[in-house]
Amino acid sequence: MTAQVIKRQNASLFLSEPGAVLPDGALTAVACRHCGAPLNPRDAGTGFCCKGCEAAYGIVRGLGLDSYYRRRVLSPAERVLKPETDRPHEDFSAFVTSEKDGSQRLHLMVEGIHCAACVWLIESALARQPHVIAARVNMTTRRLALSWRGPKSEANTLAAFVESLGYRLLPFDPDLMASATAARERELLRAMAVAGFAAGNVMLLSVAVWSGFASTMGSATRELLYWFSALIALPAIVYSGWPFYRSAIGALRLGHANMDVPISLAVILASGMSLYETATGGRYAYFDASVTLLFLLLIGRYLDARARSRARGSAERLVALSGTAATVEEPSGIRRMLPPAQLKPGMIVLAMPGERIAADGTVREGTSDIDTSLITGETVPAAAATGSRVFAGTLNLSGFLRIEVLGAGQATLLAEITRLMEAAERGRARYLAIADRMARVYVPTVHGFAAATFLIWFFVLAAPWQAALLNAVAVLIVTCPCALALAVPVVQVVASSRLFGQGILLKSATALERLAAIDTVVFDKTGTLTEAEPVLIPDPAISPEILAAAAALAGASRHPLAQALHRILPQSKPPAAVTEIPGSGLRAQTADGEIRLGSRRWCGVDASDDAGGRIQPELWFSLPSHAPARFAFTDRARSDAREVVADLAKRGFGIEMLSGDRSASVAAVAAAVGIEFFRAGCVPADKTAQLCELGAAGRRVLMVGDGLNDAPALAAAHVSMSPASAAEISQTAADIVFQGHHLAPVLEAIDVARKAQRLVKQNFAVAILYNAVAVPLAMMGLITPLLAALAMSSSSLLVTANALRLARKAR
Amino acid sequence: MDIILYLIPIALFLGMLGLGAFLWALKSGQFEDLEGAARRILFDDEPPPENPE
Repeated sequence: MTAQVIKRQNASLFLSEPGAVLPDGALTAVACRHCGAPLNPRDAGTGFCCKGCEAAYGIVRGLGLDSYYRRRVLSPAERVLKPETDRPHEDFSAFVTSEKDGSQRLHLMVEGIHCAACVWLIESALARQPHVIAARVNMTTRRLALSWRGPKSEANTLAAFVESLGYRLLPFDPDLMASATAARERELLRAMAVAGFAAGNVMLLSVAVWSGFASTMGSATRELLYWFSALIALPAIVYSGWPFYRSAIGALRLGHANMDVPISLAVILASGMSLYETATGGRYAYFDASVTLLFLLLIGRYLDARARSRARGSAERLVALSGTAATVEEPSGIRRMLPPAQLKPGMIVLAMPGERIAADGTVREGTSDIDTSLITGETVPAAAATGSRVFAGTLNLSGFLRIEVLGAGQATLLAEITRLMEAAERGRARYLAIADRMARVYVPTVHGFAAATFLIWFFVLAAPWQAALLNAVAVLIVTCPCALALAVPVVQVVASSRLFGQGILLKSATALERLAAIDTVVFDKTGTLTEAEPVLIPDPAISPEILAAAAALAGASRHPLAQALHRILPQSKPPAAVTEIPGSGLRAQTADGEIRLGSRRWCGVDASDDAGGRIQPELWFSLPSHAPARFAFTDRARSDAREVVADLAKRGFGIEMLSGDRSASVAAVAAAVGIEFFRAGCVPADKTAQLCELGAAGRRVLMVGDGLNDAPALAAAHVSMSPASAAEISQTAADIVFQGHHLAPVLEAIDVARKAQRLVKQNFAVAILYNAVAVPLAMMGLITPLLAALAMSSSSLLVTANALRLARKAR
Repeated sequence: MDIILYLIPIALFLGMLGLGAFLWALKSGQFEDLEGAARRILFDDEPPPENPE
C-alpha cells in the first residue's frame, strides 16, 4: 500500500493530492491517509499513523464517501482528525429531546471541522446510518443537529460513530446557547430588511419628485407622491428605528448622550416635519433621507453585531471544548462521566495519569505528581499524596488519584481567584468608547446649531415659525450622524474579520481602541511566552547508548517528562515487562539487570543534594554498572517569542514579565526571549498589584496571560489577551483570545488596532468636513432633500471605502 | 399620468412580496449558516440510500 503524497503548500496548510500517489521510495513527504499528520517512517508502509485512523479510513471507504479525501482542505487551526481510541465516551442520552412525532433530537458541538468537506462527510455518513432521519451541520457555529427514530440510547452509538471518524463531540443545550445576542442580531436583520424595503421604494418616488422640480410636475402629483412616501416610510421608521430609540432612551435615562440620541432625534424630527409639510402642501419632504439613514446605519449595526457574535461564539466554543468530563465513582463502585458543572461536594472523582483534574478537592487515595503550571506558573511538578489539596485544571502526571470534591463555599482556589477578579474589575474605570466620547461633543454642538438656526430665523429674520423650524430640522438632518455613526462600526467589522481569519478573536467591542493606546506589554511566562511543554536539555555528558536506553524505557509511560524524553528517539520500542510505580517511576528487567527511570529517590540518588530538582523538572535513569544519569528538562519558549519581544521593544513598548514560577527558571526564560524586567514568585494578588501600580503611573498595559493565576491581572489590565490554551476563567476574562502556537498574533492585533484607530480618526475627519460644508448651507436654508440625500450617501460611502482599506494586508 | 395610480401600488406590492419572502426566509432559519450554505452548493451529492426501516 502506498501512502498518500502531500504537497507542502506552506508551513501550515496541507493540501491532499489524490492523483499523485507515487510508488514507494518516490515519496517526498508522507502523511497519514486519514488525519494528514506527518508519518513516522516505520508507519510509512501502512499509510496510517495509528489504528484509529486506519479504522476511520475503512469506515469512510466502506460508505463510499472516500471522495472526502479529495475534497478536503486541512486547516492548521483545527485539531487533527485523529480518532481518540482511549477517550472515555460521554453519555449523550441525557441531552436527547423527544419530539411529538416520536423522533429523537440531539444537538452537538463538533470539534475538528476543517472545511466544507468535513460537513459533507459527517452529514452523508450519518444519513447512511439506519434510523437517522436528518443530520445537519451548521458550519458557522460548528453545531450538529441530529434526529432519528428509536431509543434515546441510540445517541451514544451515533456519537461514537462520528467520533470514530476523528471528530470530537460535545453536547450543548440549544436554548442556553441561543442567547440574547442571537435574538438581537435577528432583530437587527429584520429591521434592516424593513428599512431597506422602505428606502428603496421611497427613493423610487423621490427620484420622481426631484426630476419633477426640474420639469413641470403639478403640486397635486407631488403631494400624491409625498403621501405615498409617508405611507411607506412612517411604519418603517417606527419599526426599524426601534433599536436606536431604545438605546437613546436608555442613555438619556442615565443622564448622558450617546450616538443614538442625535440619530433618533434627526429621524423623528425629519419624519414629523415631512408629514407636516405633506399635509400642508409644502415643497420639501425628507422621508427618503430618514429611511435611508436608518437603512445605512442598520447595515453597519448588523455587520458589527454579527462579526462580534461570531468571534464570541468561537471563543465560547474554545472554552467549552477545553472542559473535560469528570469520572465520578459512586459509593456503589459504579463509575460514570459527568460534566464538571454537575459535580457536588463530597463526590469522589477519579483522575487517571495524564488527565486534568476536574474539580478542586482533597486527595483521598493515591500518590502522584501534579503539574500545576496552569494555576501557579510553576514548571516543576508538585508531589501529591493522601490529604493533599489539588486544584481543578491541574494535570495529574503519574499516579491514579481518588479525589473528594470540595464545596464551592469552601476556600477553593477558584473562589479566591474570582474574588480577586471582581475586585480588579471594580477598580478599573469603565472605558468610554471613542464613539461615545465623540457623541458627548457632537450632540450639544449640533443641537446648539439647530437651536441657533431656529432662533435667528424666527427672531432676527422674522421668518414664520414653520420656515424657521424647517431650517432647524434641516440642520439636524444634514449634519448626518450617518458618517459619524458608521465611522467606528465599519472599521470594527473589517478589523475583526481580518483578525478572525488569523485565529484572533475579539471578544470586547472596545478592545481594539484600548489596544491601540497601550504603551506597555506584560507577559506571563508559563504557557504564554513558553509552550508549557517540557523539552529535554541536551547534555553532552550522557552517552548516546544511555540516552537510547532511557528514551526506549520512557516510551512506556504517559508522564509528560517521560514522553518528552521518548520524543528524542520516537522509533525506539520500550523493553518488555515494564512496571510503573505512580509517583516514583518506571522499572524494567533487562539481560544486564534492572533499569529504572524516575525520580531522584527512585534511582537511589542522595535526596539531600536536590538543588537542581527545585529549578528544573528532571528525570533520573539508573542502570547496572553505571552512575545514574540525570535528564533535565526545560520549558521551551514559543518559537517566535524572541522576535515578537524584540519587535515590541523596537516599537517602543515597555516589556515586563510576571511569573509565579521560581526565579531561576524565570530568569532563564527572560534571557532566552530578551526581557529585562521580570518578577518571579508572584501570587495572583502580586500580579494585580503590579498592574495597578503600572496603571497608577499612567501606563496603559496590555496583559498577555493564560493561567488561572493570571485571570485577576487580565481583568485589571487596560486590555488583555490570552492564548486559546488558557484556563477557562482566563479566556473569559481576556478581551482577545488568540489561537495557535505562535506569539505573533499579539503583534498583529496591536498593528491592526493601531491602523483601525487611524482609520476611525480619518473617518471622523471626513464626517466633520462634510458637516463643515453642509451645516452653514442648512443654516442658510439652502438645503433641499436632494442635497441632503447626496451628502449622506456620499459621506457614508467614503467612510466605508476608507474602512475597507484595512482589509488589505500590509506588505 | 393616471398610469401612476396603477404603477405605484403594483411597485409597492412587488416590493412587499420581496420583503415578505425575506422575512419568511429569515424565520425558517435560512440565515443561520451563511458560510455553510455558500460551500454546500459545491458538493453535488448522490442521495443517500433509503433507510432500511
